[in-house]
Amino acid sequence: MSDTHAETVLFVRETMLEQQEPPSSIVGPVGWARSNLFNGWKNSLLTGLSLAFVLFLLSGLLPWFFSPTWNATSLTECREILAGHEGACWGVIRERWLQLLFGFYPSELYWRPILTLILLLVALGPVLYTDYFPPKLLYFSAAFPFLMPWLLWGGSIWMPIMVAAGFAIGYFVFVALMKVVNAGISLFVAAVAAIVWWIFLAALVTNGIASVVPLVTLEPVPSRNFGGFMLSVTIGVTAIGCSLPIGIVLALGRRSDLPLVKLLCVCFIEFIRGVPLITLLFVASVLLNIFLPPGTNFDIILRVMIMVTLFASAYMAEVIRGGLAALPNGQYEAADALGLDYWKAQRLIIMPQALKISIPGIVSTFIGVFKDTTLVSIIGLIDPLGLANAIRADTAWNGVYWELFIFIGAVFFIFCFSMSRYSMYLERKLQTGHH
Amino acid sequence: MTTLTDPPAESFKLSMLVYDTRYRSYTFQIIALIGVLTLFGWLTNNTVQNLNDLGKEVDFGFLSTPAGYDINQRLIEYDNQDTHLRAAFVGLLNTLLVAVLGCVTATIIGVIVGVLRLSSNWLVARLMTVYVEMFRNVPVLMWIVLAMAILIESLPSPRDFRGDTPEATMKLFDTVAFTNRGVYVPEPLFSRGIGDLSVFGAFGISLDLIAIIVVLIGSFWVAKRIGRKADATQEATGVRPRTWHVQTAVIILPVVILLVLLGFHLGYPALQGFNFQGGTHMRNSLIALWLALSLYTAAFIAENVRAGILAISKGQTEAAAALGLRSNRIMNLVILPQALRVIIPPLISQYLNLTKNSSLAIAVGYMDITGTLMGITLNQTGRELETVLLGMLIYLVISLIISGVMNIYNERKKLVER
Repeated sequence: MSDTHAETVLFVRETMLEQQEPPSSIVGPVGWARSNLFNGWKNSLLTGLSLAFVLFLLSGLLPWFFSPTWNATSLTECREILAGHEGACWGVIRERWLQLLFGFYPSELYWRPILTLILLLVALGPVLYTDYFPPKLLYFSAAFPFLMPWLLWGGSIWMPIMVAAGFAIGYFVFVALMKVVNAGISLFVAAVAAIVWWIFLAALVTNGIASVVPLVTLEPVPSRNFGGFMLSVTIGVTAIGCSLPIGIVLALGRRSDLPLVKLLCVCFIEFIRGVPLITLLFVASVLLNIFLPPGTNFDIILRVMIMVTLFASAYMAEVIRGGLAALPNGQYEAADALGLDYWKAQRLIIMPQALKISIPGIVSTFIGVFKDTTLVSIIGLIDPLGLANAIRADTAWNGVYWELFIFIGAVFFIFCFSMSRYSMYLERKLQTGHH
Repeated sequence: MTTLTDPPAESFKLSMLVYDTRYRSYTFQIIALIGVLTLFGWLTNNTVQNLNDLGKEVDFGFLSTPAGYDINQRLIEYDNQDTHLRAAFVGLLNTLLVAVLGCVTATIIGVIVGVLRLSSNWLVARLMTVYVEMFRNVPVLMWIVLAMAILIESLPSPRDFRGDTPEATMKLFDTVAFTNRGVYVPEPLFSRGIGDLSVFGAFGISLDLIAIIVVLIGSFWVAKRIGRKADATQEATGVRPRTWHVQTAVIILPVVILLVLLGFHLGYPALQGFNFQGGTHMRNSLIALWLALSLYTAAFIAENVRAGILAISKGQTEAAAALGLRSNRIMNLVILPQALRVIIPPLISQYLNLTKNSSLAIAVGYMDITGTLMGITLNQTGRELETVLLGMLIYLVISLIISGVMNIYNERKKLVER
């Protein structure tokens, strides 16, 4: 071949030309800007408008934001420092940030909510990041729900231990009965045993122990001193933690073959989802005392927690039901074919997959619940927004609002945004499809 | 052939209630029923006993007694001698007003933001992401309170408009006044109006408004008929007659004629004494609530719209292009109908959320059903049980109506599969 070439053609290049660099208008920052910002006159116009908008916003915002008013003690002083210029009055945050975080919690006891928060993070670690924490820490996570109220409200340590003992008794009854009867009945009997313990026996045993062993007592803090973000996080974490299991039970109930169970679950879910949370909080604040036996007067925060939890579980149930419905029928049939009973099939086959599918919905319900804790300010609890109103009514800070709401908004944003980022991480981690 | 023998007929044993699947479901359901009935019986018993102790009884008679309080924002006639029932109805109308206004605005903003988030323009897409994340991750109650604070603190008071060199002036060619007491906008007036239609003698609806709506519906119907006729001509002959100018005329002309006949003109707000007179007064509480709810819900709607558009696979666009459709026809005929099927259900549940969130009106003093029935009426009459339950019932009915509409829509738009 090559010699025929040599005879017929004068010159044949035998090596490839070196590849040339693409023109500089296609690659690099210029190329990126051309393809992402200035492709076509419409986009160029949009880019120009957006740039002008951003610059306008920043030119007003940055000088306002960096104003030297950190040490001011009132709005009048801020105005003196600024001398006619526009600027934020950050003195209000310096003076009140502890209040916005802890409400009226006694300042010498601040270590307790701080310790609770640290322990909360430690307890969440092994649940959220299973890869990076020793699984043994999960025992601590299980103990945390009993530790938290004791640290926050104070009082005797025997109280949370007795509550925990109820769960332990329930667990042992369950395990013992599982050898004899099926899971549903064991669960029922275990629940009855635990409730009997809590209502009738716990108080007796506590009194008995208290007379023998000296009480480990923290100084009690009444609920009316709770406030600020501590209150929001306490209500939010409780509602989030309790709503997931209740939601799962409700979702299973709604998909159950038993018509009566199904009807009850549907009624509960649709009722709760049909009314605004604020009406449920009204129920908590004015009606719950009417519904309960005369003379019962339990804590307003606890009442609110119960209502927010019920509210959250109805939404959670619908999210999980969506996950269950999205699961192909073959999964149920395969579980049946393996000979698993209902509870085993749910635990080993159905729930892990259904929960994985519903992660985005579950987390956005969590975020919604956490944001909705601000509604308690309407029934008179002093959450961050309630405090903001109180601070704005103070003569020293009358007229301040941007600074307060930026602070409150930023803290909420950090909480909620990290939750949504975590859900994305979890989705990626549990991704088993081929992509 | 193997012989099959029937299992020996068992006599009924008590343990079969638990182990035999034929009976087990009944056992469980009866246990559940007993549990629920016990719970309700216990609650009712407590309630009766508590009410007895307080010397009250469940009685809705208070609804027909004079309310004795004023409502500054109202759509129908109301004064403080009217009954609590009428006050609650005024509140209900206010709830619906802010819900409808909010839904419309939120949809418009949400669709625009959702589409722009998918824009190929990097800067625009980022800006919209910032907007969405900012509004979604901060409680709506904070936005409402903040909007109210901005309106009250930053807008001029009516007296700033006075004097020869006023500190503040009216905007938009001297027709709109933004003050810290609310926004005054021109109001439509009819010099030859035909009065009000009384509904059950309870409240009046402007006959002028009804006439305008009827005429508008009629002209749209006629315009649609003309369009259909054009379609038929096109099917038969292949040539589509030009109809858009006729259609526009049919829609606009009758309304204009009606407005002239009714003597339509605008009443402008004017400063008199210490406040503005004339024009429609939109209170700050309404504007703050409307603004905050729309912006907050729009962030969620934007995400639904984005998800809906992304859900349509690219093959659909390519297939439509292969059929020779132009790009705007592809959008109208192929992408949108499919995307809407994905977007509408979550959209309606956002409407539901907005309606329920409008109950936060109580935080800024807007008199909706929560503010009237579950707020002032509750405090004045001391009837917690009746007012709260009635309020919940009203919200429940609104929610059920909206979700009922959603179900009908879903049923009609459902893909018919194998």
